Amino acid sequence: MPDMSLKKNEMQVQQPDVRNKNFSEVALGYTKEQAISEAKRCLNCKHKPCTSGCPVQIDIPAFIAQVAEGNFAEAYKIITKSSSLPAVCGRVCPQENQCESKCVRGIKGEPVAIGRLERFVADWHNAQPEAPAEKPASNGHKAAVIGSGPSGLACAGDLAKKGYDVTIFEALHVAGGVLSYGIPEFRLPKSIVQKEIDGLKALGVKIETNTVVGKTISIDELMHDEGFETVFIGTGAGLPRFMNIPGENLNGVYSANEFLTRINLMKAYRENSSTPIKAGTKAVIVGGGNVAMDAARCAKRLGADVHIVYRRTENELPARAEEVEHAKEEGILFNFLTNPIEIKSDENGWAKSVVCQQMKLSEPDASGRAKPVPIEGAFFEIEADCVIMSIGTSPNPLIKSTTSGLDTQKWGGIIADENGLTSKNGVYAGGDAVTGAATVILAMGAGKKAAAAMDDYMKNK
Amino acid sequence: MFEILEKRSLNPTVTLMKIHAPRVAAKAEPGQFIILRTDSESERIPLTIADYDRNAGTVTIIFQIVGSITEKLNHLSVGGCLHDFVGPLGRPTETEGLKKVAVVGGGVGCAIAYPVAKKLHELGVEVHAVVGFRSSDLVILEDEFRSASSRFILMSDDGSAGEKGLVTDALRKLIESGEKYDRVITIGPLIMMKFVCGLTKEFGVPTVASMNPIMIDGTGMCGCCRLTVGGETKFACVDGPEFDGHLIDFDEAMARSAMYKPFERKAHEETCNLFSQEVK
Repeated sequence: MPDMSLKKNEMQVQQPDVRNKNFSEVALGYTKEQAISEAKRCLNCKHKPCTSGCPVQIDIPAFIAQVAEGNFAEAYKIITKSSSLPAVCGRVCPQENQCESKCVRGIKGEPVAIGRLERFVADWHNAQPEAPAEKPASNGHKAAVIGSGPSGLACAGDLAKKGYDVTIFEALHVAGGVLSYGIPEFRLPKSIVQKEIDGLKALGVKIETNTVVGKTISIDELMHDEGFETVFIGTGAGLPRFMNIPGENLNGVYSANEFLTRINLMKAYRENSSTPIKAGTKAVIVGGGNVAMDAARCAKRLGADVHIVYRRTENELPARAEEVEHAKEEGILFNFLTNPIEIKSDENGWAKSVVCQQMKLSEPDASGRAKPVPIEGAFFEIEADCVIMSIGTSPNPLIKSTTSGLDTQKWGGIIADENGLTSKNGVYAGGDAVTGAATVILAMGAGKKAAAAMDDYMKNK
Repeated sequence: MFEILEKRSLNPTVTLMKIHAPRVAAKAEPGQFIILRTDSESERIPLTIADYDRNAGTVTIIFQIVGSITEKLNHLSVGGCLHDFVGPLGRPTETEGLKKVAVVGGGVGCAIAYPVAKKLHELGVEVHAVVGFRSSDLVILEDEFRSASSRFILMSDDGSAGEKGLVTDALRKLIESGEKYDRVITIGPLIMMKFVCGLTKEFGVPTVASMNPIMIDGTGMCGCCRLTVGGETKFACVDGPEFDGHLIDFDEAMARSAMYKPFERKAHEETCNLFSQEVK
């Protein structure tokens, strides 16, 4: 008989006034007892609506049934049939718009906490003594993966399991892509990312860091000179956008990418880091997505008073509700219907304040959201010695400009079919490089799909 | 890991290193740069490629000891390894269609100006090299410049080497004496490049300046190295590092390059203290 309580089991978190001063993980995860109790809320629906909401179609009721019985190892097996990065996705997936949004328990009350259960199972597995990795027998085919973010890791993992000789090429000095340089430690501990990468290495995947494909070597050279039969492009959408307003190049003005890279990749928040960061005393973050929330919460942890300015209202915020909630609890202030038009300078070339225009909502625009329009004459200034632009990213043009016969959209995204095949024979692509900035799970799903198509291609070559 | 095959002190604060990095050497061109880290905790620092040998698989870097990481770099010896070494990054120097060029270098910037002069010289371009240093003990690559140019002018602030004066004084004389250049290429301190570009603008000589701003990834991802060129924001790492010198906002670039000066100074002192304790 399922547990019919209307609420999810609460997950323990660090208290807001404690966590807004440290970079340790905010959410602490379920205990065994909590996980089993939560799993018992699942009705085990025959038609599995939750699974249809999952971009990689994890058999959710089946794994939850195993959790309810305390069979965590079995639950892990079921999840990893479909997902390559459960400890990551259990933390950063927008479950409220995916699996949990379809949960029957959510019609009256809260849905089953599928994300928390996924995280519990993955963490439980990672805490078990290491079983010696089984390296699959080689099938003699070579595949290259460009980029070691979620799509690349998923693609490499699936190919390696089938016996392919896989090499990942990564431009930075560590693997993980956005999982390493973008998402902060307090939301996704880097030890978890490292664990996933170590798992791939145990499967025989080689990772060449410090290799910028398009500069150090081209895709054509990888295929012609180095014997790679197929290539997967998972280079993400890493090019930051700026607003092109006066004062944007002042000292103290960052792209969210730069701010987060200094903190997450280069560990600038640590006392002894050799890479500096200046979060200032008053930080303004421009934008309303998950990246803006991450940047804001980092700035807060570095001691700044933080404002998020967003040109629409709270209802249109693209960030996950949970992230917004966490940010508010930590003392971050929101200025809605606010659009920066200029950053003013002090006498030394540092940002001093942000001049903002008050906005109001009007008719929906092309994105379907109400379009913000200026209220004439309504301006105000926010003091800020740190300004972080978090208004989106686009794909890096490097691969396109150095690969013959690779077609892209006008805005830079690589054109690929539903299996990831590009306009170039043997070359596949997926994740943000194809779709523009999206989620970890969608990128992972695209990597898995491409891996299946690359397998077909190489087998039948 | 990237092995140090050769190390040579060019002057008390400038060091040359030859690094084993075959993939980088295979693609390197004058004007491009690399990013390195000395150890697993190191900052990423960009350095322009001073030379390369495709057959030997080596890349030469020349650096001035100015901060914590260059101090650490200078303490590494032949046989030691760099933790990370990535490149070649940025666009190569454009050499097409050039017949007569003045290469104007200042200080350690001459390390970057030299491979450009050499490449142009090899292509049959008439090269005039104007290089400037504070004093004679800081002069680097004099013989190399002489062999890569048909005219070589050495300047120093105090007159202890070559002529006394600034590179802009020498360049002005050359232009006023009737030398007609298709292009001036200038590499050195921002303030020097600003004045070189001001001078050539006066005479309408097309000029390219090589920028070396603060960078993190070097692939277009962070935007830290952005500068204003002709009213537009450009990224030095992917759009440069060379830009039309008459369009660069040098004042903004100078303000941006000073962003972390106090931090750098402190970090450098700490590193020096660390090394001096080891010696004791």
